[in-house]
Amino acid sequence: MSVIVLTLIILIGSYFAGLLGSLTGLGGGVVIIPLLTLLLKVDIHYAIGASLVSVIATSSGSAAAYVKEGITNIRLGMFLEIATTAGAMVGALIAIYIPTHYIAVLFGLILILSAVMSLKKKAEIINQEPSKLAEKLKLNSTYPSVKGPVAYKVKNVSGGFFMMLFAGAISGLLGIGSGALKVLAMDTIMRIPFKVSTTTSNFMIGVTAAASAVVYLQRGYIDPGLSMPVAIGVLLGALSGSKILVHTSSSGWLRWVFAVVVTFLASQMIYNGFTGKI
Amino acid sequence: MANKRFKDADMQSIIGWILRAGVIISMSVVFIGGLLYLYRHGQSHVDYSTFKGVPDFVHSASGIINGIFTLRGRAIIQAGVILLIATPIVRVVFSAIGFVLEKDYLYLCITLLVLLIILASMLSGHAG
Repeated sequence: MSVIVLTLIILIGSYFAGLLGSLTGLGGGVVIIPLLTLLLKVDIHYAIGASLVSVIATSSGSAAAYVKEGITNIRLGMFLEIATTAGAMVGALIAIYIPTHYIAVLFGLILILSAVMSLKKKAEIINQEPSKLAEKLKLNSTYPSVKGPVAYKVKNVSGGFFMMLFAGAISGLLGIGSGALKVLAMDTIMRIPFKVSTTTSNFMIGVTAAASAVVYLQRGYIDPGLSMPVAIGVLLGALSGSKILVHTSSSGWLRWVFAVVVTFLASQMIYNGFTGKI
Repeated sequence: MANKRFKDADMQSIIGWILRAGVIISMSVVFIGGLLYLYRHGQSHVDYSTFKGVPDFVHSASGIINGIFTLRGRAIIQAGVILLIATPIVRVVFSAIGFVLEKDYLYLCITLLVLLIILASMLSGHAG
């Protein structure tokens, strides 16, 4: 395939990946990697490298908007980044020792988890139960809403922290943001309001991805010919997505589209991993 | 006097500004490099089906710097990618400064620990 044709295909695919990833808060990487490996037969190492670059662009691009609105809990993000960056470093370091078909299967499994997560009903429960550790770490905060600031408290800090170690390792291993695992840790374990957990997850993804990207960069996983269309496409998609998320309250049908697409891609990744084609 | 002090809201606007500026700058560099790359190699054939690493002129610091001056598209793209990777790291550095101004030393330590982990990751990549 010639450079110009490949670049255009990747550019268009990345735009939609960025749009969906931003709207669901799960990141564009989950669509980019199957697109590159299954459709365009790109080696999974290059796909992981390009995806990581796009993940940083998505996260930083939309986090810039959320942070200014005051929804992101910066202290919570900063504290949990200890776990995600440490996990990401370990993930990136062990990635070279794991055969690519195992990576493909693991990727498929994480994709299915992402799809299930994105469909779960988000009941907005504001936790008011105090926790000593959360108090000490100043994690309890407020977020703006139409009815004025809403105060919330954070639960089970250490449980969330360990989940973030795992999320970081997956991110470093697969080159995705692991937004699903981060939101799972914050929603289910730490009882953080959905709006806060989504934006704080987005805020952390960039740093987490950077921690493993510095390893991949030195190993030659990040090829400029692939990163260029992937990063530009995803960024434009994410910018469109963040405008929609900030200004509309529901994107229910999009979650369904995303879940169906992702489940299909996941089964393809697992099948190709088992048959040794990846 | 209270409104003279550095507050969380100031930190939020600075962090937002850094992330935005970092993305705009790095992606502009990637875009310019991309145009040059497509102009010079648009009709070439590429094959990414087997992993071969990356060419040397986009791998080493000296290669990239050399490539920028000789207007090699992929070297310029790679420089932009490095700026993009640096963006969230710079954000962490500015958070550290913000916590110093807020006199929040607990969070200063937490932020420095995150920077230390990223540094360790950088060094471990070199060794591997």
